[in-house]
Amino acid sequence: MKRPKTAFFDLSCCEGCQLQVVNSGELLLEIVDLVDIVEFREAISEKWDGDLDVAFVEGSVTDEHAAERLKNIRARAKTLVALGSCATIGGVNGMKNAFDPIEVGRIVYGEDRRLFPTTATRALHQVVPVDYTIHGCPIYIPEFLTALKCILAGIPYTVPDQAVCAECKCNENVCLFDRGVTCLGPVTRAGCNSWCVNNGNICYGCRGLVSNPNEKGMLQVLTAHGVSLEHVVKKMEMYNRCREEGSDRGR
Amino acid sequence: MAVKDAGRNLGVKVEYLTRVEGHGNIVVEVKDGALAACRFDVVESPRFFEALLRGRSIFEAQHITSRICGICACAHSLTSIQAAEAALGVIPSAQTIALRRLLLDLEFIDSHVLHIYLLALPDLVGAKSFLPLVGSHEKVVRRALRLKKTVNQLSDVLVGRHVHPISAIIGGFTKIPSHHELERLHESLAALRPDMEATVALVASLTFPDFERPTEYVALTADDETYPLLSGDIGSTDGVRLTKQEYRRATNERVVPHSSAKHTHLSRDSYTVGALARFNLNHDKLLPRGKEAARVLGLRAPSHNPFLNTMAQTVEAVHCLEEAIGLVGGLLEHGVDGSEALVVGVNESNRIPVRAGEGVGAIEAPRGILFHRYRIDPSGIITDADCVIPTNQNLASIERDMRAFVPGILHKSDAEITLGLEMLVRSYDPCISCSTHLVRL
Repeated sequence: MKRPKTAFFDLSCCEGCQLQVVNSGELLLEIVDLVDIVEFREAISEKWDGDLDVAFVEGSVTDEHAAERLKNIRARAKTLVALGSCATIGGVNGMKNAFDPIEVGRIVYGEDRRLFPTTATRALHQVVPVDYTIHGCPIYIPEFLTALKCILAGIPYTVPDQAVCAECKCNENVCLFDRGVTCLGPVTRAGCNSWCVNNGNICYGCRGLVSNPNEKGMLQVLTAHGVSLEHVVKKMEMYNRCREEGSDRGR
Repeated sequence: MAVKDAGRNLGVKVEYLTRVEGHGNIVVEVKDGALAACRFDVVESPRFFEALLRGRSIFEAQHITSRICGICACAHSLTSIQAAEAALGVIPSAQTIALRRLLLDLEFIDSHVLHIYLLALPDLVGAKSFLPLVGSHEKVVRRALRLKKTVNQLSDVLVGRHVHPISAIIGGFTKIPSHHELERLHESLAALRPDMEATVALVASLTFPDFERPTEYVALTADDETYPLLSGDIGSTDGVRLTKQEYRRATNERVVPHSSAKHTHLSRDSYTVGALARFNLNHDKLLPRGKEAARVLGLRAPSHNPFLNTMAQTVEAVHCLEEAIGLVGGLLEHGVDGSEALVVGVNESNRIPVRAGEGVGAIEAPRGILFHRYRIDPSGIITDADCVIPTNQNLASIERDMRAFVPGILHKSDAEITLGLEMLVRSYDPCISCSTHLVRL
């Protein structure tokens, strides 16, 4: 089999999702056996400006330069993969959209803000069509490998559309609502094997919301534990501020 | 600036420098033998974390700020927690401090191994990149990947994952490793010693460019005998000593037009942070095996050769492995108290008393001293935040090094000069997505 020409690109992000791939150890060598990595700026010096079979793009679009760069990548790539929450749902970069953009610039740069123009944060699919979506902050390597196999086989990868609670129950975690804190597991898309709850913390909603959240059920849980809706919405905005109603159905 | 090679014209523009974290361009122009431009442009797009933090709960700060950087996520998290605890008046337990030091040691090993092998090594052995070395240097490639993987698995035990740690929070940890897990941790760490020795031997076999530019070196400093990474005052080789609360007197940030990351200065027009700075200031506090590694490598303090930062990282990786083994040994000896595990969330159940206040965190991240400062209102909502990143503090030194370095290599080919400049910038192990748009005026 001819190894597909594959590249990793990054827009505005922490590069932690690419790092998850690098951190996978000798597994990385097996991945390199399957794909021909022609550009991966964080790890290799080679650059490639020709056509691509697969482009992994991490990060969000936060200025016009990034939008142009993404369109250029899209034009060259047969398959475009959004890698990690910043790319798939805007992620933490989206919190910026809750503020007036001029004010945000002023807070950080003062009157020099004009040197560094910015736009509202957008997820990749809000700028160009995206073929595969790998959620997570950071990505969960077992899911990345499943998606990679699908990409190489040319078949769709369907992100689980059940709540994190489903996986969390299988892992026999004590429900965090019962431990006196608010968790976004009931409305957040599964696929991470309830990574954070397994390690004693709450779900922060980094994978985005399920397409058809059980709003009634969630409200019942909140009422039973005396949690206000406003409190939960504020928590959801940490990762999900870029979401428009219905925008990511089925992703 | 006049240089020997009169009449030489040169235009170097490296767009999106590779094998660094984040987006930066190298720009050097020489006209008629004179240096006309010499810049390291930071072109990372804005992220505005300090603004994003406003209005969020202080209990979310470590989660959000760890997203500043995938490589040093644990250092950001720990600095954030230290600042938040200072604001809230929370005093961590001895066990918590030991576990945090252990986590930071693991992050140092991971980050230094990444830089030594994947980012710096290819230049020093004449290769374009690390992965293609699997043909000529298979053992070396596999060793690096194995070291990284093992250290990441150990971080998993402590905090769930290394990239964006889950369990480190204000007040301690959401889970505490069991005695059995610590025993396995101890074994795995001890088993890394041969790979670490091989790393020292590898770095000792490399030839680094011969270049010096004396400058001021800044790092945490302390009066006890521990190599200071998690706590201490701000110290410099020019004799400055300030408390962490006084960090803005040390950093003096300013906006420069060609960089979305701000520059800093202290006693001179630039200063340097990171492994070489720590080594220059605190080398006498390294554990014996760390000192031995420095001797094998021929690294002596003070060193003013920025290329030797990679060597200092090697020394620190050895030191941190030994410190980690000692810390786990101590935890095993004294026993771990699993009941210290905390569930706090955003403090819905008021487990941690909240008050209005301000706090500063200062920690050595792998790339140098890192500061976070938060101000919170009486309900624990952040009203103001400030983060000063190691790479920002190095940008002024990087440019001054470039200016001092170019005249001495002007007789070389364009390709050699470009590679030399790339190596110089890479030696600082810059972390550009960290450095941008984080410093508040």
